[in-house]
Amino acid sequence: MKRWLGVALVAVSLAVLPFALAQIGTTWVRITNYAILYVLLALGLNIVVGFAGLLDLGYIAFYAVGAYTYALLASPHFGLHLPFWLILPIGAAVAALFGLLLGAPTLKLRGDYLAIVTLGFGEIVRIFLNNLSRPVNITSGPQGIARIDPFSIDGFSFAGSQTIAGLDFSGPIKYYYLLLLVMLAVIVVNLRLQNSRIGRAWEAIREDEIAARAMGINTRNMKLLAFAMGASFGGIAGGMFSAIQAFISPESFVLVESVMVVSMVVLGGMGNIWGVILGALLLSFTPEVLRWTVEPVQEALFGRSLIEPEVIRMLLFGLALVLVMLFRPAGLLPSAVRKRELTEHAT
Amino acid sequence: MDTFLQQVINGLTAGSVYAVVALGYTMVYGIIQLINFAHGEVVMIGAMVAFTVINALVPYGLPPLTIVLIGTACAIPVCMLVGYAMERLAYRPLRHAPRLAPLITAIGVSIILQHLALLIWSRNVLAFPQIIVSRTYLIGGAAISTVQVAILAICFGMMAALAILVYRTPLGTAMRATAQNPQVAGLMGVDINRVIAATFLIGAALGAVAGVLFGTYYGIAQYTMGSILGLKAFSAAVLGGIGNIPGAMLGGVLLGIVEALGAGYIGDLTNLCAYDTLAPRIADCAGGGNFVLFGSNYQDVFAFIVLILVLVFRPSGLLGERVGERA
Repeated sequence: MKRWLGVALVAVSLAVLPFALAQIGTTWVRITNYAILYVLLALGLNIVVGFAGLLDLGYIAFYAVGAYTYALLASPHFGLHLPFWLILPIGAAVAALFGLLLGAPTLKLRGDYLAIVTLGFGEIVRIFLNNLSRPVNITSGPQGIARIDPFSIDGFSFAGSQTIAGLDFSGPIKYYYLLLLVMLAVIVVNLRLQNSRIGRAWEAIREDEIAARAMGINTRNMKLLAFAMGASFGGIAGGMFSAIQAFISPESFVLVESVMVVSMVVLGGMGNIWGVILGALLLSFTPEVLRWTVEPVQEALFGRSLIEPEVIRMLLFGLALVLVMLFRPAGLLPSAVRKRELTEHAT
Repeated sequence: MDTFLQQVINGLTAGSVYAVVALGYTMVYGIIQLINFAHGEVVMIGAMVAFTVINALVPYGLPPLTIVLIGTACAIPVCMLVGYAMERLAYRPLRHAPRLAPLITAIGVSIILQHLALLIWSRNVLAFPQIIVSRTYLIGGAAISTVQVAILAICFGMMAALAILVYRTPLGTAMRATAQNPQVAGLMGVDINRVIAATFLIGAALGAVAGVLFGTYYGIAQYTMGSILGLKAFSAAVLGGIGNIPGAMLGGVLLGIVEALGAGYIGDLTNLCAYDTLAPRIADCAGGGNFVLFGSNYQDVFAFIVLILVLVFRPSGLLGERVGERA
């Protein structure tokens, strides 16, 4: 009974949240939407890094693939305007294909070698996006693709405001509910995966690949599955990003973004779904909160803005990364397995 | 002019700088299995400090070489201090933590250093003053400048010095012992903390010089230069086999050459108009036009494609030891 009360409380607060945020400013609803996108990304990467133990530093490439798939199929760029419920699965499939493309040649690589190859892969994808405007214009290069269609079902568009049942629903608020739904679905999939046959196989590979193989696990297929699955989540998130932004360019898919998503996973606690969500939310909100507080604080203290807020924001952000890791090396909410390992290590 | 030889010379110059930076990555990795993501930023700080000093000294009319030497001499201790500080504050406390934890602090340190540099030097590009009169020599149809000769000489000199340090001195022996097995090295009386700190100091000093050379070669230094240089150098280290010192040198030089050759030839090779069977079918080719599939703007892709190919066939790098799978 008590448990259901808690669930109901969370559900109600999640439902009311965008309206509360809209009171402060619609920007905050938008920031929340991006935070949810990061949660999706971090959960996708968690499959690869947290569950299967394959360090991927180029994860943002799959986000880019999903985003560009959506943009090319639903914008005036090629004059195609397919419905989103058709494109999102296509995007997920294309991203999964790219995941296989990355996974297949790197099956033998381990640890840091894998990390650098994935990093290179991410850069290759970005460089191609940046340059595939000549001689045949596919991606529009650095200019990016603009006027991407918003999500719409049967005339109901997710962009623009409208009043439903006396409540004012702005575009970001509508997207918030959609994102929330997708996020819940992804969380459920992840929770079910973790304790499934597949999830346990991944865990076995992470802990000891040879032992896993000896136990009859097809390590090759399982690793490929991890790459493909992680990538497809990234692809879905990318498609939604495309629609929400209505504009994408290679700028959004730089290495720093990959690093950011890895940081979310590790900071929150690799392999623990709730930890990863916490990490993603913290790392996406912290810079924003700093953005809105750094300048007023400086004004109050010195009467003027001494240091560029952007600089101080990133400084504090870097410092936060270091400090959290120093004091909680296994992440804020470590997974049960890791907690066990750590205590064993200590004794 | 001989394009091939010219690209090899250019590639060799850039590659020798990559190699020196790669040494910083590989030494640290060899000893504590940490990808020191912030090493590229140390190189950047070296270049920025040196350029600031050099620009400040120009009005005094000292001989150009002296100015550059003073600039470098100022950059080295600053970088060593940064290297030592980050080892002490961000990496040492995490030596026994899960493997990805120090990676994240390294990312944090990298962000901090980059934005500190932004704070100090702003977004401006520091230019290298026109003080060195560079002469150009012709070798077999390719041009090589004094600056390139100097860069090659300094880089290979430093690599030789490092090789002597690592393979011929007590400190080097201690470093190799620690890399092999820290516990046993400790039991043999090696002060592991000191050895690790020394590794960071040496890597940072090499990085400082590499930063100055890189900046001098391209004539500019900016707070963002560390990330791409670091990325390339790290790729070079992995290419050669991470943790392996000769491997980093080989990987760096190889990466530089491949990149230069790739950039030099890809435009011609993928110009579809150059192929007689295809040219008549492409409208753009009419009247001597070009239809280039991949131009030299794909230069950066090369480094990574070579890296991936090498690792697919030799999963532990060119000179890396074949580590047996964990039993």
